[in-house]
Amino acid sequence: MLILECPYCGVSGEETEFHAGGEAHITRASVGDDDQAFETYLFMRKNPKGVHFERWQHAYGCGKWFHAARCTMTLEVFGTYSAQTFTPPKALLAEIAKKRSGFEFEGGAS
Amino acid sequence: MSTRLATQGRLLNRGAQVKFTFNGRTMTGFEGDTLASALLANDQMLVGRSFKYHRPRGIVASGAEEPNALVNLGRDGKFEPNARATTTELFAGLTARSQNHWPSLEMDVGVVNNYAARFMPAGFYYKTFIHPRAAWKHVFEPFIRHAAGLGAAPKSADADRYEHFYAFVDVLIIGGGIAGLQAALAAGEAGAKVLLVEQTSHWGGRAPVDGVEINGAPADDWIKNALQALENMPNVTIRTRTMGAGVYDHGYALVYERLADHKPDADLPRHRLWKIRAGQIITATGAIERPLSFAGNDVPGVMLASALRDYVVNYGVSVGDRTVVVTNNDDAYRTAIAVKAAGLDVAAIIDARPDGGGPLAAEAESLGIRVEKGTAVAKVNGSKRVTGVEICPQAGEGKTMTLIPCDAVAMSGGWSPVVHLWSHCGGKLIWDDAQAHFKPDASRPPMGDKGQPFVITAGIADGAMRSAEVLANADAAGKEAAKRTGSTPKSTKAPKASDADENPMAPVWKMPQGAGYKLRSKMFLDFQNDVKVSDVQLAAQEGFESVEHTKRYTTLGMATDQGKLSNINGLAVLAESLNSEIPQVGTTTFRPPYTPISMASIAGEARGEIFQPLRRTPIHGWGDDNNADWEPVGHWRRAYAYPKQGESVEDAVNREVLATRKSLGLLDASTLGKIIVKGPDAGKFLDMLYTNMMSNLKPGKCRYGLMCTENGFLTDDGVVARMDDDTWLCHTTTGGAERIHAHMEEWLQTEWWDWKVYTANLTEQFAQIAVVGPNARKLLEKLGGMDVSKDALGFMEWAEGQIGGFDARVFRISFSGELSYEIAVPASQGRAFWDALHEAGAEWNATAYGTEALHILRAEKGFIMIGDETDGTVIPQDLGLHWALSKKKDDYLGKRAQQRSHMTDPDRWQLVGLETTDGSVLPDGAYAYETDLSRAQRGAAEFAEGKHAAVNANGQSLACGRVTSTYYSATLKRGIAMGLVRNGPDRMGEVLQFTNINDDPISAKIVSPVFYDPEGEKQNV
Amino acid sequence: MSDMSVSALSNAQYDGSVQVADTGLRGMITLRGDLADKGLAKAVKAATGLGVPKQRQVLTKGSNGVAWMSPDELLIMVPYSAATQTAADLQLALSGQHALAANVSDARAVFRIAGAGCREVIAKLAPVDMASDKFAPGTIRRTRIAQIAAAFWMVDEETVELVCFRSVAQYAFDILVQAAKNGPVDFHLPKS
Repeated sequence: MLILECPYCGVSGEETEFHAGGEAHITRASVGDDDQAFETYLFMRKNPKGVHFERWQHAYGCGKWFHAARCTMTLEVFGTYSAQTFTPPKALLAEIAKKRSGFEFEGGAS
Repeated sequence: MSTRLATQGRLLNRGAQVKFTFNGRTMTGFEGDTLASALLANDQMLVGRSFKYHRPRGIVASGAEEPNALVNLGRDGKFEPNARATTTELFAGLTARSQNHWPSLEMDVGVVNNYAARFMPAGFYYKTFIHPRAAWKHVFEPFIRHAAGLGAAPKSADADRYEHFYAFVDVLIIGGGIAGLQAALAAGEAGAKVLLVEQTSHWGGRAPVDGVEINGAPADDWIKNALQALENMPNVTIRTRTMGAGVYDHGYALVYERLADHKPDADLPRHRLWKIRAGQIITATGAIERPLSFAGNDVPGVMLASALRDYVVNYGVSVGDRTVVVTNNDDAYRTAIAVKAAGLDVAAIIDARPDGGGPLAAEAESLGIRVEKGTAVAKVNGSKRVTGVEICPQAGEGKTMTLIPCDAVAMSGGWSPVVHLWSHCGGKLIWDDAQAHFKPDASRPPMGDKGQPFVITAGIADGAMRSAEVLANADAAGKEAAKRTGSTPKSTKAPKASDADENPMAPVWKMPQGAGYKLRSKMFLDFQNDVKVSDVQLAAQEGFESVEHTKRYTTLGMATDQGKLSNINGLAVLAESLNSEIPQVGTTTFRPPYTPISMASIAGEARGEIFQPLRRTPIHGWGDDNNADWEPVGHWRRAYAYPKQGESVEDAVNREVLATRKSLGLLDASTLGKIIVKGPDAGKFLDMLYTNMMSNLKPGKCRYGLMCTENGFLTDDGVVARMDDDTWLCHTTTGGAERIHAHMEEWLQTEWWDWKVYTANLTEQFAQIAVVGPNARKLLEKLGGMDVSKDALGFMEWAEGQIGGFDARVFRISFSGELSYEIAVPASQGRAFWDALHEAGAEWNATAYGTEALHILRAEKGFIMIGDETDGTVIPQDLGLHWALSKKKDDYLGKRAQQRSHMTDPDRWQLVGLETTDGSVLPDGAYAYETDLSRAQRGAAEFAEGKHAAVNANGQSLACGRVTSTYYSATLKRGIAMGLVRNGPDRMGEVLQFTNINDDPISAKIVSPVFYDPEGEKQNV
Repeated sequence: MSDMSVSALSNAQYDGSVQVADTGLRGMITLRGDLADKGLAKAVKAATGLGVPKQRQVLTKGSNGVAWMSPDELLIMVPYSAATQTAADLQLALSGQHALAANVSDARAVFRIAGAGCREVIAKLAPVDMASDKFAPGTIRRTRIAQIAAAFWMVDEETVELVCFRSVAQYAFDILVQAAKNGPVDFHLPKS
């Protein structure tokens, strides 16, 4: 069972305090966007073997949503950060690149 | 025979005799005994029958690895099947019964399977019970079900209580042998917060039994001092009867404490499941001795050499008068020496190694024990008890040289480290050729949340076979764990341990090496599941080359002991059959728990009344007092109806409906969600959230609104009231309060974080009561206070004030079509207000109504219900709610999705009313047959005319709709229903046929869903 | 009509080596706003006599208190009878800015868990390190106890106060009482 640190209340808590919310950094498509763009937004999600950026909510704690960078293979949590951003913090990306050679951040749904 | 010795028994309190029963027979043991040692002391070697062949089985081991000695323990609410006798501590009054036999342990008819064993090899069930197909249901399944299972199922509810405990430590050490103790000392002295757990009731593990000396004194002395030192450290906690059950991600461990198994009358929780988060985990879990595979190795009286030694030294029990020791290593010689020292006879030591053993062998020989080198057991004689062994050369095919009469056989095939806990969370293993075992590969440990290693093994669990190495490596493990968790280890040296030198062991996977089929088919690998050497070989022959497949095909290692004894021996046989090496074949997956733990400990406190949280409204107690028929709505309990004495629930519902329509009904609507949305951007936000406009709602007014998900599907509905310039109050469904509040916060936090909006879920702040019916206003006017007249408070308006002295917020909204006020008062005054309404309303027959009447009242009006008319696939357009979809807004959640081709398909099923032609009530969820071929054609590629309706290419009837809500309307005195029907609104007046399970279809006409007061005159008075 | 007001469990109490009691109604106001704002600090001070707590801090003074709930939310605690007025005062004081003050006094149940074993009672239910060097008076923790959301803090070394939703008050009381009845674990208690 994972432990995650909520960047808002600074609590390092076990997974049961949190609620997982799927892939992070998805760009909303809506009225005016074509079917393909809307389908991508609604349904297309990455499922990498390795580094994954994901949304979590501190459901039983402060209630805030945040993002986590996590390895889906080793479950290592590289870091957590505010959900109110379009890209992960540069320092975190550099840290991940150090640990996982060849890693590059690809933003948004693909 | 097996019996109690006058001497030995280091764990016994001989001053305290304990009486217990086995299969109804009263027996006597001592405090400190396990059930197994006490049974042996009473000459009860036969303890059960094997699973498949019902062969007689005796006690094989002395600890958690025991496969055979499983008993039904206790009775009634304290009954437990499959309890291991070797880990069950004896207590006065213990009752045990043996399992898996009929009619008795001594005489079991199931043993016919044994004589048919030749015809029941691996995969027997898969091969046999396939044909004929019809036989499965009537012959095979009942037979297998009768035969399956070991212990009896409990019949009474568990009388005990259980609990969880969350603990956080720097270092968790699993295993209280000398390795665990030394690791705890090292980590504890460094200042780390340490928890040391030991699964048995005593400390020190095997060292005292094996004659290990530490710092020049017997191991027992050092253990005593170590415990004292640990007790004195404020940062160290130690626990016996506490097993490390599993190691999981990020340093999580489940630890299982058995507080009251050995004293069932104590006022204690029986088990405590510790949920531990550890910085580092040290597995000092020891090793398990392997059996040897020779014909008849399962006959009662054949035992692990270490176990036989334990029974002598720890429990003062002689397993037999005349023991033969069979081994491939030096350690088993200790058993011969211990048996001899207890004054018992050792008939011979059969050592498979041509060169025999080292100093221990010399000692045994000097005691006058016969040692046969390069020799094997060809066969064990006896059925319910060993009578002798036939010996032969290990290198040969099993031709008997000599028969040695004996009544006990101590076997040792070497030792395997207990790697389970290391492996649970991904720790890898390496093969040690010299010891012929897998051990942890320290370079590939389980990794934690920061990518750091978090498990270290220590002692023999790490493959350290000699006690000097054990202490040195445990000391290093303790220090390393302390260092990794931020403490500074002391520069102390590990204590010095000494034991006898040993010659190398020799891997022996079957005895003798060239044994033919007949012998191999009596060599048991898995004692509980009756898997033999020949079965694994057959599996390999038949192509089950993967170890995981062989396991499942043969059931090797799938019994309650999970292969603790059989795993490596089975792998070795498989590897040999495949002409491969053991490390290439690999192991099966080690999964938690290490040994079975009680289901109740997993449930913890969650049983009975506190199985789940029950949500109660402030008015719940009134329902309890008034015979409410409760129904669960999420975790809430809501009254379905309030039957009076002698009244059926159905009659109560009808009475409640009529009373409300005719005069006055009262509904506890407190569970409805109430969410405050406030801020400069609140209007803009609500316009995105709801399909209709909320920003232009005037303060003091209410508006019904719909919410959709981004998929376009309707997810919730409710009335929104505008409180002031920048504040709205959103009502949600009962089930929607938390979900919709979370939905709002998610959008605000993750998409529109620059919008200035705050929300607060005030659902439980208020008790909300719907006062409904033609006399609703009269009641409120009688109570007095604020003006609730039509002019002061019109339909879809709200106001604040006082009613009957209560602070009230009154909403003139109606979910029933009647004149209706929903009144919110502070929750703590909810019950008082409810009582006041009843008291004052008595003259109008004020009637509390429940959720079923609520549903009927709304259905009569054609109002939809989230969860009935919607199921996650329905869009507002399907329900004819176009009027609630704003055309002025560029966007709202779900709008884009509602433009997708499937959503705009004119053939979608749409809401209609349904009236049975005979007035009966349609079955809920019934489907309508499509009888209109032209419509069917649009929905199916191929179709034809069938019995009731158009059918598809497979001959299946095509459906064109389904019933979503259906009730008996006491108001209209007939069945009414709503449903979704393809092109429904275009088919008014058409009569459809609906499915009716096991009966003829029911005819119902498509009508308007508004059955009652279509003009809405009654709610607007 | 606060004389008609009753707490969820009407001051129910369990007396064992650890005592569990419904403390009765308490004034509680959810205040959402910019916690760094001076105006907000002033309003909180006026309402309670206390400052704005830092992350996970709870400040108390007599029957007043202020707890940090999230980066944009405080829980204001006052006597029950003062809650309605305090909520209104706070909203008025913050009328110039984006803030929300909502009276939630009736939506809550408050329990006091008292006795040397209070840390262990909580540790049986909440996935929180209750060691004295990890959780001390002055800190609030929002988490779950068994299957419900709860927040708690220590009034002193032997007293925990716990808040949960009113609808689950009976469940909260029952699990706390059972945890207390089951007796000490001897993990957080000093070695004797």
